[in-house]
Amino acid sequence: MPAVPAIATRDPRIEAWWQALDCGFPQAAEVFAECAQSAAGRLSAIELDAYIEAARFLGRMGRGPEPLLAFLEEWPEVTAEIGAAALAPVMDLVRAMQKSPNSAAITPFLQTLGAVARRLQSLDQLRFYLDVARDLMVRTTTSIHGHQATFASPALPEFFREAPALLGMLSLGGVRNWIEYGIRNHARHPEHQADYFGLRTPDSRAVAQRERHGTLFADVERKLELTLRALWRDSEQLVPYSNAYHELRQIVPYYDKLGLRLPDVLDERNGVNGLDRYRAVLAHMAGHRRWSEAQVADNWSPFQRMAVEFFEDARIDALVMREYPGMARILLALHPRPAEDACDPETTSCLRHRLAMLSRAFLDAGHGYRDPLLLEFAAEFRARLAAGPSSTREIAELALAYVSRSRRPSDQFARIHFDDTEIDYRDDNRQLWQFIEEGDEEAAFDAARTPMPNDEPHGLPPRHYREWDAASGGYQPDWASVYEGLNPPGNARAIDEVLQKHAALAKRLKRLLDMLKPQERTRVRYQEEGSDLDLDIALRSLIDLKCGAHPDPRINFSHRTSGRNISVMLLLDLSESLNQKLPATGQTVLELSREAVALLAWVIECLGDPCAIAGFNSNTRHEVRYYHLKGFSERWGDEVKARLAAMAAGWSTRMGAALRHAGHYLERRQADKRIVLLLTDGEPADIDVEDTSYLRADTRKAVEELAARGITVFCLSLDPRADDYVREIFGRNWQVLDRIERLPEALPQLYLRMTR
Amino acid sequence: MTETQQYRVRREPYYQPQAGEVALYQAAYAARLPVMLKWPTGCGKSRFVEYMAWKLDKPLITVACNEDMTASDLVGRYLLDAGGTRWLDGPLTTAARIGAICYLDEIVEARQDTTVVIHPLTDHRRTLPLDKKGELVEAHPDFQLVISYNPGYQSLMKDLKQSTKQRFAAFDFDYPAAALETSIVARETGIDEALAAKLVQVGATARNLKGHVLDEGVSTRLLVYAAKLVKHGVAVRDACRMAMVRPIADDADVRETLDHAIDATFA
Repeated sequence: MPAVPAIATRDPRIEAWWQALDCGFPQAAEVFAECAQSAAGRLSAIELDAYIEAARFLGRMGRGPEPLLAFLEEWPEVTAEIGAAALAPVMDLVRAMQKSPNSAAITPFLQTLGAVARRLQSLDQLRFYLDVARDLMVRTTTSIHGHQATFASPALPEFFREAPALLGMLSLGGVRNWIEYGIRNHARHPEHQADYFGLRTPDSRAVAQRERHGTLFADVERKLELTLRALWRDSEQLVPYSNAYHELRQIVPYYDKLGLRLPDVLDERNGVNGLDRYRAVLAHMAGHRRWSEAQVADNWSPFQRMAVEFFEDARIDALVMREYPGMARILLALHPRPAEDACDPETTSCLRHRLAMLSRAFLDAGHGYRDPLLLEFAAEFRARLAAGPSSTREIAELALAYVSRSRRPSDQFARIHFDDTEIDYRDDNRQLWQFIEEGDEEAAFDAARTPMPNDEPHGLPPRHYREWDAASGGYQPDWASVYEGLNPPGNARAIDEVLQKHAALAKRLKRLLDMLKPQERTRVRYQEEGSDLDLDIALRSLIDLKCGAHPDPRINFSHRTSGRNISVMLLLDLSESLNQKLPATGQTVLELSREAVALLAWVIECLGDPCAIAGFNSNTRHEVRYYHLKGFSERWGDEVKARLAAMAAGWSTRMGAALRHAGHYLERRQADKRIVLLLTDGEPADIDVEDTSYLRADTRKAVEELAARGITVFCLSLDPRADDYVREIFGRNWQVLDRIERLPEALPQLYLRMTR
Repeated sequence: MTETQQYRVRREPYYQPQAGEVALYQAAYAARLPVMLKWPTGCGKSRFVEYMAWKLDKPLITVACNEDMTASDLVGRYLLDAGGTRWLDGPLTTAARIGAICYLDEIVEARQDTTVVIHPLTDHRRTLPLDKKGELVEAHPDFQLVISYNPGYQSLMKDLKQSTKQRFAAFDFDYPAAALETSIVARETGIDEALAAKLVQVGATARNLKGHVLDEGVSTRLLVYAAKLVKHGVAVRDACRMAMVRPIADDADVRETLDHAIDATFA
């Protein structure tokens, strides 16, 4: 142990504490005086002793000077936010880390503690945070081959580093869910784990996004589109942007030729919920688009431009409130109400403050400000808007007059009053200006970008589908990527030969079909109640009556229509297991399926129902392949037959994603009944999923989702052991075919039975 | 003739012309041309026909068409009575005999083969053959056929045959302009113009969604309903929700958007 270095202080108290700290690090000597000074101002004598004692422990842990330095600097702030009672639980966690292999995480833990305390604001919350961290530590500290706790948790230091940012976005409950997800999905891969907890992977960010507090753009997007269309007759695209990952520069809503840009999440503020805040933003931007025209900005100073923006924004808001008086409640609740004396014009640039007050006064008759110049301009503003919508030009003149009359020397000061002057439902007004000369004033908003070379494979971009995670009771966002494409063509003759081979079966089916084929309209005779008198029968009955015989009362006839309005999607599982040969016939299951599908397609064509055929297989969640064999509007012709002939099998069965994709197409069909007929030979499985119940649960969820959209899923399984799980997944809509050889016969019959 | 009397329109119905359709209709009637009305639903088609029948002082026979309607529902049928069978004229035959204006409302709801029976009445022949009865009815000189046809909301399956369409002169109207509709709502229900204007504004927001998530916009009739509810002491927002939003919007997002529109319109 090196001797205690001297510190440069004349304060005997600090000298005494320094001695009590008994620390040999020269780095600590440099900062101790300052830290102790600040702590002395915030802590009582007893708390100070505890502070020094804790610091002494940290300095003597043998982990270098960093934990001590972090603690010395952060603790006074933690105490100020939460109170000194937090010390005991914090030190408990430090000791727990010290005893485990995770002592490297102590420094980041202490370094961010101040920022975390600022977010949490209460001891209970802090305890919860510590529990969450301890839980994370215990569960991600791994042991191999029975050694106890040998490897440090890769997640823990990353988590501590990101904790302030996370807590800014999420509630503690959300943080816990985010951690749960990370542990469950990345527990066995240390590098992935570190990336996840460092918020560096897409899924990590997506999960965090899902757990955010406030109103998510994604949840209300449709409502916003409808609002924009209904209230403002505007059909511009809405594009979200994220403010979550840059703390310093917060993006303000704006619009450009690609659409209206809105933040991806809005919290409740001043009693206005997130959805209404979005609507306020939309109303303001829609107002600009309706009433504003771009002004030439070159000859105006930045101050003048700022004033014009405030005035014009207020004009737009006033017009919005005139059009929809109910918006006034929302806009006024969101518009700050700066106190008249909040800004000292002697020391600070007050222009923003003055303009914000003015903007409030323009909109709110009960503003209560007394400044005569403000009152004069507020009256003038109202007068100009009394007659009509006025114009950007006219209101800009008023703004320029205000700037020149209210000018103060202090406006040039570097210290600017910002409090209560930011009106967050307003956009950044970039569309309000046009610049004639190129200069450095305008930011290059729409700078031409060089397109990146595209190394994605050619074809349609993948569609991403969420997946149900039964363990967490929530969806994994954008989890499975579905790549779709036309199945390459093969030889159409093969299918014709198949049909030839099954000619006898075809004949039998044909008979069934004729029975089923709907006549547009059938007359039903011999009805007691009917739409029309069947005159022949009526006269016969009348004769009977006159002759004294008992007349037949069934003298009416009616009509019955029996139209079919069915869209069906035949979805084929094309996984590797289809290549199995059947011992009985020597055919593979794939060949049998092909024959069955060919027959069914022919049957459906005869019936005239719109039908699509597609196959799917998967190679992990990143590559679910979806092959189109026949489209709804395609005829059962050579092209389709050729595609069917080339149908091939491989890989695994990720059923949920394929079902959702099939549903995506079927949903757009106008039909009374929409059916997905799923032909599979096994349960859902994929090589990146170890837990079979996971994909089962997801498939069941997909079936439920489709049912909610009016699509029935029916499963024909070729797996003799399927009874265990098909019921769980498909409810009542399934059938297991025990003799696979009968498939070509069974599939069309099943369809006929289903749709009769 | 009492039979004719019952079809008379006795009191003048309130009808607010949009764009010279009254004069045009009069001209079409003078030439006895069959007329097709293509209004959106609930915006005064039936009222217009009533009004014209009143103005021309002709009887009016209205038939609401539906899918189960058969040709004999229009033309007539044999009924049984004590002495044997008796022929009963259908509304179309009656109109042709007494010289009434026959108004087939929402004709596309009837099946296409049913509507073919009107063909001989709508060209130069102006006759109606009753094949079951073996009679050829010559249309009365005052007889005119009017159909209403709403191309928008029905499915693709329901459309008029070209051969039917091409027998009519047609009026094609949209919702009345805001000012006009305001005065219609105010006049029809007796609420003040300012409130009527607000109702029309709410209606306009819903109409902006027509064709996107709504099959039909809010009709003038629904605006009138809302106004009537207000008249009976219902709070105006509740009246709007009840009369204008709930009937047309099944989708929760749409409902919420329109509710917001109501809140935004009424401070």
